[in-house]
Amino acid sequence: MEGQEQLMLVMGNITKRFPGIVANDHVNFELRKGEIHTLLGENGAGKSTLMNVLDGIYYPDEGEIAIEGKRVNLRSPLDSMKHSIGMIHQNFMLVASLSVIENVVLGLESQGFYIDKKSVAHQIEAIAKKYNFRVDPYAKIWQLSVGEQQRVEIIKTLFKGARILILDEPTAVLTPQESEELFGILREMKSEGKSIIFISHKLNEVMSVSDRITVLRKGRLVGTVDTASITERELAKMMIGRDILFRLERKDIEQGREVLTVEDAQAYNDRGTMALNKLSITVHGGEIMGVAGVAGNGQVELAECITGLRHLVSGHITVEGIDVTNATPCTLASAGVNYIPADRLGVGLVPNLSTVENAMLRKYRQQPMCRGAFIDYGAACTYADGLIEKFDIAVPLKNAPVKVLSGGNMQKLLLAREIEENPRLLIAEHPTRGLDVGATEFVRKTLLEQRDHGVAVLLISEDLDEILMVADRVAVMYEGRIVGIVDAHHVDIAQIGLMMAGAVGVKA
Amino acid sequence: MNPTFGTILIKVLAGAIQSGTILLLPTLGEVLTERSGVLNLGLEGLMLIGAFFGFLGAIKTGNPYIGLLLGMVAAGAAAAIHAFICVTLRGNQTVTGLALTIFGAGLTSFYGDHWVSQRLTTAIKPMAIPGLSQIPVVGPILFSQDLIVYAGYILVALFWFLLFKTKVGVNLRAVGENAKAADAMGINVAGTRYFWTILGGALAGAGGAYITCCIHPYWLNGITSGKGWIAVALVVFAMWNPFNALVGGFLFGSIEAMQLQLQAGGTYINSALLSMLPYVTTFAVIIVATLIVRVRHVGTPKELGIPYAREEK
Repeated sequence: MEGQEQLMLVMGNITKRFPGIVANDHVNFELRKGEIHTLLGENGAGKSTLMNVLDGIYYPDEGEIAIEGKRVNLRSPLDSMKHSIGMIHQNFMLVASLSVIENVVLGLESQGFYIDKKSVAHQIEAIAKKYNFRVDPYAKIWQLSVGEQQRVEIIKTLFKGARILILDEPTAVLTPQESEELFGILREMKSEGKSIIFISHKLNEVMSVSDRITVLRKGRLVGTVDTASITERELAKMMIGRDILFRLERKDIEQGREVLTVEDAQAYNDRGTMALNKLSITVHGGEIMGVAGVAGNGQVELAECITGLRHLVSGHITVEGIDVTNATPCTLASAGVNYIPADRLGVGLVPNLSTVENAMLRKYRQQPMCRGAFIDYGAACTYADGLIEKFDIAVPLKNAPVKVLSGGNMQKLLLAREIEENPRLLIAEHPTRGLDVGATEFVRKTLLEQRDHGVAVLLISEDLDEILMVADRVAVMYEGRIVGIVDAHHVDIAQIGLMMAGAVGVKA
Repeated sequence: MNPTFGTILIKVLAGAIQSGTILLLPTLGEVLTERSGVLNLGLEGLMLIGAFFGFLGAIKTGNPYIGLLLGMVAAGAAAAIHAFICVTLRGNQTVTGLALTIFGAGLTSFYGDHWVSQRLTTAIKPMAIPGLSQIPVVGPILFSQDLIVYAGYILVALFWFLLFKTKVGVNLRAVGENAKAADAMGINVAGTRYFWTILGGALAGAGGAYITCCIHPYWLNGITSGKGWIAVALVVFAMWNPFNALVGGFLFGSIEAMQLQLQAGGTYINSALLSMLPYVTTFAVIIVATLIVRVRHVGTPKELGIPYAREEK
């Protein structure tokens, strides 16, 4: 039944490299006519890169693309549009102050100089009617809900005659009801013979909507399977990989008392929606609590709340029994909370200040660096030298801006500065992201050392391997709450995968 | 007939239209430039360049229209420098705009010194429109003007239509509101920004040249006396709409004409205080416009002043 004429799209041996990373490593992908095909994988698995290649945003370093058997060369989104490929990005490509009509005709070549709004409005309504939804063509985009905006995106691609639709995590921004409606639209389009590529990591959706599933992991193809012949559990395993690399050596130490307790924490994210949903978690001295989860499930907000960078709407945070709910970062620092933020050059360090100045940021208010209104730079230099030697940081020029250091050395400096404060609680957010093997190992070992010294460590990471390698317990976050905590020593990978994808453990 | 209050008023208002056109042209240009996402604070400099080269062209050729054209070309060329720095090099638009103002003032003072106090023998003359100019009151105010004023009327209508009714306008607005989305739709972002920045510059130049080729047909250093800055403020007042630019331009033209008339009529009010009037009004207008923009959810192009670069990982 796999006749060539049924294939809409073939991507062969696609390789795309970025400095320091191979985002797609000889990936093969094929799409049949009239199928919904899911592209599944964790963050950084290469899904978006592969689709951006198809949309002409990236040009692949190797590999070829064929549409209906003909080789094509896609150099820009315009090229892709001409080959009837339409991508609906996660961040909508809509102009907020323009109307639906104007957004639809934007860049359309078939339209003349003068925009005949009435006729375009009729066509928009006709498309909407065909798929059983409604949209006001004259409404401005900013007046529409996120779900409605997504429909405008769909109309836009259909208007341009797309026969291959790519939807990049379309349900991430939708309510469950809106998601259901979207699936209805997708099934309708499928029955019309359109081919749909659906990117997601929510397993239940994937199982319900797709015909086939292609799984990517770390830029490589894991395999393509028929949805009917696979279970969620097997899929989770494919997505995450069955092999845990190795666990780092650790001393068996007695677990200390509770250092961090978060109770029923609620907080908003920057867009004003609830990011923490009555979240509770406890971390003890001498343990590393790994926080796993797909990006955007509230991990960032959790770290920010604990470090005083984000306001808690309700709930409590205590450190060593002292209530530090909505305390300032300064108070928290003196309470023994130290922080390795994900954005090391934006939040952790001041890019244009020197190594010495960055090193003294936690110390300059105290003796001996503080001399009344003045700072004793001699003492600051001595202190920085001490850190550089102790942590073996390669600093070419102590007085040059810290931004010229390599990523690994920046992270070492940041880690050194925070650890010298003798923390009681250390929050590390993606501490090894973008680091080379040596620096990664150093960071992980340092975290383990801190644990052995009785420090409570909260390790937030998207890299599940890292968490399993370093952590004692793993808490899985999904939609702003902890959906389960498992022992990292006896872990069931598939179980974690299911929890990350929201398939189990979610309370309504 | 003795000059009655009515005839004086008509004369003042006709003058207001002329003064208003000086402001209208750069404001219209800047409306379009800013709609494309480029902030050009160099209007004052561009107007000076337009005024000087307009004067130079007019005095050399004896034809004020050729002068006006030369003024537009020169200011357009200067705006192209702005576009190059802001679009291609992704420089800071505020600083570049200010530099452009200083550059325009410096350049025209340097070469203009030689021409100070020389007069044009032929300036642009009014051309009453047959028929329309016979209408009582409205005729002498609106339709007994020169060609540049009429061009101003036409450009307002033309740009309004272009901006809101055509694909060119949608593309232009999309580039200034969300360059990434426009790029994804296959619109040439850099090209769009270059085009409208240069056209905006040429219109600022036309505003300047209109001063020296018609209203005050002689050269003085700094002859634009801050009109470029008023135009920058008028863009906000106009809420980036060509029709409002017309209203704003003529409103300010009226204040200017009234202030001149009061001075000529010999009031007790200090003349320096009266000259301040347009600038004080600018403040008031900006405050009101800003409040309206905030409430109405329209106005400032979202990506005004933000350079665009296609991101690579």
